[in-house]
Amino acid sequence: MSKSFLEVDGLSKVYPDGQGGELTVFGDIRFALEKGEFVCIIGHSGCGKSTILNVLAGLDEASAGNVVMNGKEIKGPGLERGVVFQNYSLLPWKTTLNNIVFAVRARWPGWSKEKVKEHSERYLKMVGLDHALNRKPSQLSGGMRQRVSIARAFATQPELLLLDEPFGALDALTRGVIQDELVKIWEETRQTVFMITHDVDEAILLSDRIFLMSNGPNARIAESVKVNIPHPRARSTIFQNPAYHKTRDYLVDFLVNRSGSALPERDGSPKFIEPAKGVAQSKPASAETESESDTAARAVNA
Amino acid sequence: MASLNMRAAILSISFLILALGLWEMATQPPEAQTGMTEYEMLMGGAEQESRVPPPSAVIKLAWAELSNPFYDAGANDKGIGIQLAYSVYRVLTGYLAAMAIALPVGFLIGMSPLMYKALNPYIQLLRPISPLAWMPLALFIIQDSDASAIFVIFICSIWPMLLNTAFGVANVRQDWVNVARTHELGPLRTAITVILPAAAPTILTGMRISIGIAWLVIVAAEMLVGGTGIGYYVWNEWNNLDLASVIFSILMIGVVGMLLDLALGKAQKLVEYKE
Repeated sequence: MSKSFLEVDGLSKVYPDGQGGELTVFGDIRFALEKGEFVCIIGHSGCGKSTILNVLAGLDEASAGNVVMNGKEIKGPGLERGVVFQNYSLLPWKTTLNNIVFAVRARWPGWSKEKVKEHSERYLKMVGLDHALNRKPSQLSGGMRQRVSIARAFATQPELLLLDEPFGALDALTRGVIQDELVKIWEETRQTVFMITHDVDEAILLSDRIFLMSNGPNARIAESVKVNIPHPRARSTIFQNPAYHKTRDYLVDFLVNRSGSALPERDGSPKFIEPAKGVAQSKPASAETESESDTAARAVNA
Repeated sequence: MASLNMRAAILSISFLILALGLWEMATQPPEAQTGMTEYEMLMGGAEQESRVPPPSAVIKLAWAELSNPFYDAGANDKGIGIQLAYSVYRVLTGYLAAMAIALPVGFLIGMSPLMYKALNPYIQLLRPISPLAWMPLALFIIQDSDASAIFVIFICSIWPMLLNTAFGVANVRQDWVNVARTHELGPLRTAITVILPAAAPTILTGMRISIGIAWLVIVAAEMLVGGTGIGYYVWNEWNNLDLASVIFSILMIGVVGMLLDLALGKAQKLVEYKE
């Protein structure tokens, strides 16, 4: 436990409830992330997922508890943690390219202009936006904006990437395409990612583990569910894996029936669950079907 | 079918011709009904009743003035260009001085709720004071009429800039500030690279309001302090009972005010962004 990349220990957030008392949104949150892991957190609205993420980002402060990354306590925001916000948070007066340049320059102040530009363009290319370098965010669709935002976060190569429901505001088709892109970039970079989502399928597609939060007030991270599906995964073929359905059924059952009463282990750490343990695993998606469906989804999105 | 612009232009010109025509007709001297009385003959047939000069007289004067706008024939006879230049110089000096104070202080107030609460009562007290009310105090303290006029411009243009800057800075979207924070920008770089461009449209709106007010106030201020400037010129021509000059200078005040506003409008376009 003490050697994990990121350790969250006894985090809680307490607000005054407006009647002289106190309201504990979440309490005694404990979990650990390993380097290179992709972890999603799911829970009903109001359980404080976003607050947890903001505490990890250093944008918010917890009432109690601490977060240690790489052996150092997190205090305030930092470039070693990248954040992708739900509403993209691009600077609207800057072009697509300059939004990335802004971040890259902040990350590596010593770099030459050419190097910064080249690096930024590389990441925009990864999300398929190399044709829109000089457009302003207002001239981009929601999906394109979120791609810029994702490129910005990956371009600074943070040790921990925090995604706050990045696809929440997108329509289903666009969402699928960008999920595929995120899978692709993640396979390339193997960043450590902590992501909030409301979408069970999205969580299974992307994560190694899924944290399930019980309902607030006094919400906890009750369970940590292992996703026993090998990488690389593809949105179009993941349904064929029997482990997918086992995992999905388990998650939905938790969210519908048990999220009100679920509790973590006695010591406060989430219960480790492997719903698809031992399920025969089908072969990972062949490259051919993957690229085919990719093109189809792109065409729909365009 | 002519375009909207075309039709608007035609209508505009028709209105102008109509207005000038009515004005011209209304200011014709009455036809002499009878022969001149002895007194009239002694006065050389001069009209006793003073009347507003017709547009033709104003246009003739405008032509003469504008064909040589920068002549200088002594203290009371300078070209319209020189008078306007004096006024513009005073407005810009006072305005730039106000900007130098209003922008940083506005930033401070916008970024710090403490400073906002501490300074707001004074701002609310000082803002509604007519800038001309400061004139006697300014004359007494500064002891220089030119500098006093500049001070009056300074004091009247500072408020819209100050308040708009504070408002714009205070209302920068938290998301953008968070972007600066997660990229570890220091306070100064955050102010320059994120808050300033985000608040720029609001700040420019304040600056545009200020330049308008400054141009309104300079005319009155110059009527008081005298010597030079378009305000003084209007009053001086009134004292000379040269109404054609008065009307001509009124129009010139409008033209220059419009140009100042256009310049700020262009600047506003430059910093605007769409979300």
